[in-house]
Amino acid sequence: MSDRLVLAAHPDLADSRVTRQLVGRARTADGVALRDLYDLYPDYLVDVAAERAALADARLVVLLHPLHWWGMPALLKLWVDEVLGFGWAYGAPGAGAALAGKHLWLVSSAGSSAASFAADGAQGAPLDAFLLPYRGIARLCGMHWLPPLILHDAHRADAAALRTHAERFSEGLRDWPAWTGAAGTAPTPLVPTLELDDRPAPFSPYGTRER
Amino acid sequence: MHDWLHLPLVFLAAAVVVVPLARWLRLGAILGYLVAGVVIGPPLFGVIESPDTVLQFAEFGVVLMMFLVGLELEPRRLWQMRRPIFGWGSVQLLGSTALLMLPALALGWSWRLALVASLGLAMSSTAVALAILAERNLGRTTAGESVVSVSLLQDIAAIPILGFVPVIAMGSPAAHAPGGWHQAAEALRVLAIMAGFVFGGRLALRPALRWIARSGMPEIFTAAALLLVVGTAALMEKLGLSAALGAFLAGVLLAESEYRRELETDLEPFRGLLMGLFFIAVGMGLDLRVFVEHPLLVLGLLVALLTVKGVLLAAMTRWMGIARRERPVFVILLAQGGEFGFVVFQLAAQAGLLGARLHSALVAAVAISLALTPGLLAASERKLAAKLRRRGVAGVAELSEAQDGPVLIAGFGRYGQIVGRLLYANGIEPTVLDHDAEAIASLARFGWRVHYGDATRLDLLRTAGAARARVLVVAVDDIAQSMKIVELARAHFPQLSIVARARNVSHYYRLRDAGVTLIERETFDAALMTGRSVLEQLGLERHAARKLAWRFRRHNLDQLEEMMPLRSNTDALLAAATAGRQQFERLMAEERAHAETRRAAPAAPDDEEP
Repeated sequence: MSDRLVLAAHPDLADSRVTRQLVGRARTADGVALRDLYDLYPDYLVDVAAERAALADARLVVLLHPLHWWGMPALLKLWVDEVLGFGWAYGAPGAGAALAGKHLWLVSSAGSSAASFAADGAQGAPLDAFLLPYRGIARLCGMHWLPPLILHDAHRADAAALRTHAERFSEGLRDWPAWTGAAGTAPTPLVPTLELDDRPAPFSPYGTRER
Repeated sequence: MHDWLHLPLVFLAAAVVVVPLARWLRLGAILGYLVAGVVIGPPLFGVIESPDTVLQFAEFGVVLMMFLVGLELEPRRLWQMRRPIFGWGSVQLLGSTALLMLPALALGWSWRLALVASLGLAMSSTAVALAILAERNLGRTTAGESVVSVSLLQDIAAIPILGFVPVIAMGSPAAHAPGGWHQAAEALRVLAIMAGFVFGGRLALRPALRWIARSGMPEIFTAAALLLVVGTAALMEKLGLSAALGAFLAGVLLAESEYRRELETDLEPFRGLLMGLFFIAVGMGLDLRVFVEHPLLVLGLLVALLTVKGVLLAAMTRWMGIARRERPVFVILLAQGGEFGFVVFQLAAQAGLLGARLHSALVAAVAISLALTPGLLAASERKLAAKLRRRGVAGVAELSEAQDGPVLIAGFGRYGQIVGRLLYANGIEPTVLDHDAEAIASLARFGWRVHYGDATRLDLLRTAGAARARVLVVAVDDIAQSMKIVELARAHFPQLSIVARARNVSHYYRLRDAGVTLIERETFDAALMTGRSVLEQLGLERHAARKLAWRFRRHNLDQLEEMMPLRSNTDALLAAATAGRQQFERLMAEERAHAETRRAAPAAPDDEEP
């Protein structure tokens, strides 16, 4: 049974240097379920029930995508909006803890250099600051946030650097959870004070509950 | 050998050998049977000495044919098409007969002989015409529909004609004529019998068939169908009327019943074989010496038949407003002689009106006209193509050079064109096959290269590069042709991914059964978009409407797949469809109610998602 779920999101995989390689590795890795979101949902119509079923089976959830404008590609954001619904992924105690205790691992690549994320770098803030929304997801859903695997200078990286990055990705998948140790930040699940029905659902007038 | 073994042996062998041969030569089955008859008849091998005994049996084929003709005559459809059928059909039949009589009378034939011969020649072959229309996918053109209307009138007219030929013949010196009073009383009696038959049949036939069908034994139903025809025919003979008339009436009576299709399929093989027997018998009666001794008579009849009917039909196409390019098909298909002609000549010969010499000459003329039809059609098509080429339109010659594009599109009408344009726009040049010469010509004017060819033919698919292509788009609009292309492709080019257009749900399932998975129902997505516009007009936000439409789409597709195994069981299918629809409606209603309560609740201080 595959308890490791890789959610890959790249809107133009044919032109990808990094993500395509990693997707290939995830596809052949043992015990890993791969969901290539842009392949599954070319029309941006996320099957919420199917996604939740896949999440239920997993203990490690990997988000694999390039950083676009310091964040996730549009379809993955839509996936987060629709799949991680209130009352299922988070919410009142007992009613929104489907993901609690699972591990969340971000594997990403950025075009800019590591130096540009230095305190006085061109980006204006350290990378970690840009990843706050990811940490927020983990915290709200009660998931363990693992140290992300980021490849900088993705456009300029040579074959050797790409291979090293891919190798670390493969090892991470294979050796999980041994390497997480104390690194997996034990979260304190954030319990919102709002009642279930008070929460508006994004996008749909009738919510995005299971079919 | 016993005679009862000898006869079927000879007939079946002749049919099995000669008819496929004739079809292979593209001459049609009727001609094949005729040739088979000539071959086994007295003039050549003389395997069977007395055509008359055969003929008696074979005439039952005519009776069965009339039953099936009657079965086709749904009163409602007849009423809808009354103008083309009774109007143009009568013009053709009466006009041709009248015009054909002129030269005959001028040659000094008796009016009875001229009338009967002209009536026989005025008939066209429905079977050949329908087969050619189906083969060339012309059924839905104006010319195709007009051919069907005119043939239908000929079929209907066959009944009175078959009834009158003996009466006309009786007036000839070879028979005696009854008195006028007697004839009037006779006519009244016939009318009374027919009225009684129609009335009684309406009351009794359908319940009887229902009772037999409920027994659940297919062979008994077939037996009942045959018994019905034989019974009515025998009854009518007993009452002194024509057996064909009785069978025809029985057919009409059942035309609207739920058993129409079943009766048709059950009797079709009998009709085919017995009609074949009839044609064989006609062929056996054909005296080949007529070609040697009276070649001018045969030739004269043939020329009269084709020119007189052809000229009248050509004039009719003008009055009927048939498009110029469709005119040759209409003229050629109806100008040829037909199977009813043989029946008329046979009756006239039996009544002593037609001598053996003239009978043979007439049969020969009709047979030759049947043989000429495919050639004439091909010639007219070549002429049309040449004309289009002269006008500077290329590409209507049948595909002959081997192609090797990655994509093959079969059918380039409204559907295939959109597929093709998307591909062209992205630098992929598909190989396109279509078999509508005129459409191809007009596409060529816009710069499209479309090959003329029938994708249901294996050799053409191969020339089009089906063995090397990766994708085959089946976009033809005829379901039977679509299935044929799919089956050919699956059997001979397993590497092809088939992307198919489905006309409707049952076509969708047939494609699924054939192993196709990439299927789009042709109107489904367009209708969904329309529904989405309606939701928007009712005040839903555009994105909300989009979402609802897409969810409905997924539900519908899921349900379509779920119901696949149930499709042969109508009740289960209906139940499942209703249950699925209700479940979906309930879900949507719940969500609407949920959204209502949410909207009614006071706005929370923190109204945004984290």
